[in-house]
Amino acid sequence: MSNHETASDATDDADADETDDQPPMEAARYPDGTILYPVHPLGPESQEPVGTVDLSEYRATVVTWTTSTATPPGVREPNHLAIVEFHVDGEPVRAIGQLTTGDVEIGDTVEPVYAAELRDPDAGIRERKSQSWDGYRFRPVE
Amino acid sequence: MDRVAIVGASMTQFGQREGWIRELLAEAGQDCLANAGVDGDDLEHLYVSNMASGEFEGQTGIANAVAHDLDALPAYTARIDQTSSSGGAGVYSAWQSVASGASDLTLLIGGEKMTHRSTAEATDVIASLTHPAEYKHGVTLPSFAGLTARRYLHEYDAPRESLAKVAVKNHKNGVDNPHAQFQKEVDLETVMESPIVADPLRLYDFCPITDGSAALLLCPESVADEYADEYAVISGIGGATDTHVVHEREDPTVMNGVVDSSAIAYEQAGLRPDDIDVAELHDMFTILEFLQSEGLGFFEQGEGWKAVEEGVTDRDGELPINTSGGLKSKGHPLGASGVAQVYEIYQQLTGAAGPRQVEADTGLACNVGGFGNCVITTIMEAGQ
Repeated sequence: MSNHETASDATDDADADETDDQPPMEAARYPDGTILYPVHPLGPESQEPVGTVDLSEYRATVVTWTTSTATPPGVREPNHLAIVEFHVDGEPVRAIGQLTTGDVEIGDTVEPVYAAELRDPDAGIRERKSQSWDGYRFRPVE
Repeated sequence: MDRVAIVGASMTQFGQREGWIRELLAEAGQDCLANAGVDGDDLEHLYVSNMASGEFEGQTGIANAVAHDLDALPAYTARIDQTSSSGGAGVYSAWQSVASGASDLTLLIGGEKMTHRSTAEATDVIASLTHPAEYKHGVTLPSFAGLTARRYLHEYDAPRESLAKVAVKNHKNGVDNPHAQFQKEVDLETVMESPIVADPLRLYDFCPITDGSAALLLCPESVADEYADEYAVISGIGGATDTHVVHEREDPTVMNGVVDSSAIAYEQAGLRPDDIDVAELHDMFTILEFLQSEGLGFFEQGEGWKAVEEGVTDRDGELPINTSGGLKSKGHPLGASGVAQVYEIYQQLTGAAGPRQVEADTGLACNVGGFGNCVITTIMEAGQ
């Protein structure tokens, strides 16, 4: 296992803002069976979604990860990030997101944990009201 | 069909510059016109490649501003933004303008003013191209590079040092480019011991933040000799788009935009990858040189790193890549980079590259926007 923990790293428990009313990690299911995260108005073969899937109910596998130390305004430093792959009813679906720790490897299993604010919405260039700032980090599962 | 010729080219000093975007653009444009003996009011079209002058500097409407500054009125003008591939997209628009017959003389200027911003601010301006699902996690272009590099090294059993050797090679080439931001060699140890930026990538795996501009003058090949004794032609050009959301790509180590845009360019030119004598690739991050060299068909998938290890892509190798020093040492003023890539190929094909000169009749430039989100591949040949 790699070890990139520093004093400023968020811990697993501190990163989780789990509440009863946390929103889903919503992916869209398309007519051909494809599931995409995030949701697009049109998917494969220009088809509209026919349903949604809450990825927060599933575990995923780390496809790759990095620890970024040159972070933009309002973003934690270091910022551990991963691309992960879920399997929902046999269908692969990938997502990107922050990790709760830099102590991971390709192939590790992770689970989504809710965070009420992933970065400071007022510090970066993007208009605060143009998008949401909460979401799911990925936490390794023992 | 009359092919499109490039009959003039210029490039300003890249680096930390005093001038602001209007001055930088005018400098390259004025040099290019003067080199070809053309006045501004001879121009029929004028395109300006620029990603974010509004965000960086608070200056919008730059195409109109530069047209006025160069006395190019009443030429049709437009700003071309395709993020980091704005320069390549500008080449595409300029080529279209002449190939379609809409213009018989087109000037393209690409430029960006960035260094007055902190690294964090500049990184955020560039990261603003990402999807909201990426942006809220603090995903940046360098972090995409770290994610991809780790997967590439894992997938193809490539040594970490092979990435560092891209930086060493391109810095060595940059020593002979008087316009480059860094004209200084770096050794393997320096690269490997530089600070981590996006693990496993380190500081020297990344291009710098840069001010600068470059320009090209284009006309129908049938009248090229009115402007220049030596010229180059665009024999193939293709543009392609990949997913906005990077993680949705089936294979994180494949740049589909490179594959698709080059397929168009090769077909149009009637050429194959092994016909290319010299190439300028978008080495904003060292890993991108591997991904592009494979996507362009120069090397098999997962084998690009071996070519660097074996010296194939050195200036005296079988296929010199980034003789200019690449974005890595030359610098990366976003809107200028794609134009400056074509400038380097033009210099090589017209025998004007000085100490960087290689033997080349055919060259290729590949300009990447986002993290492979938009790609322009341009194939050029020496004019007859």
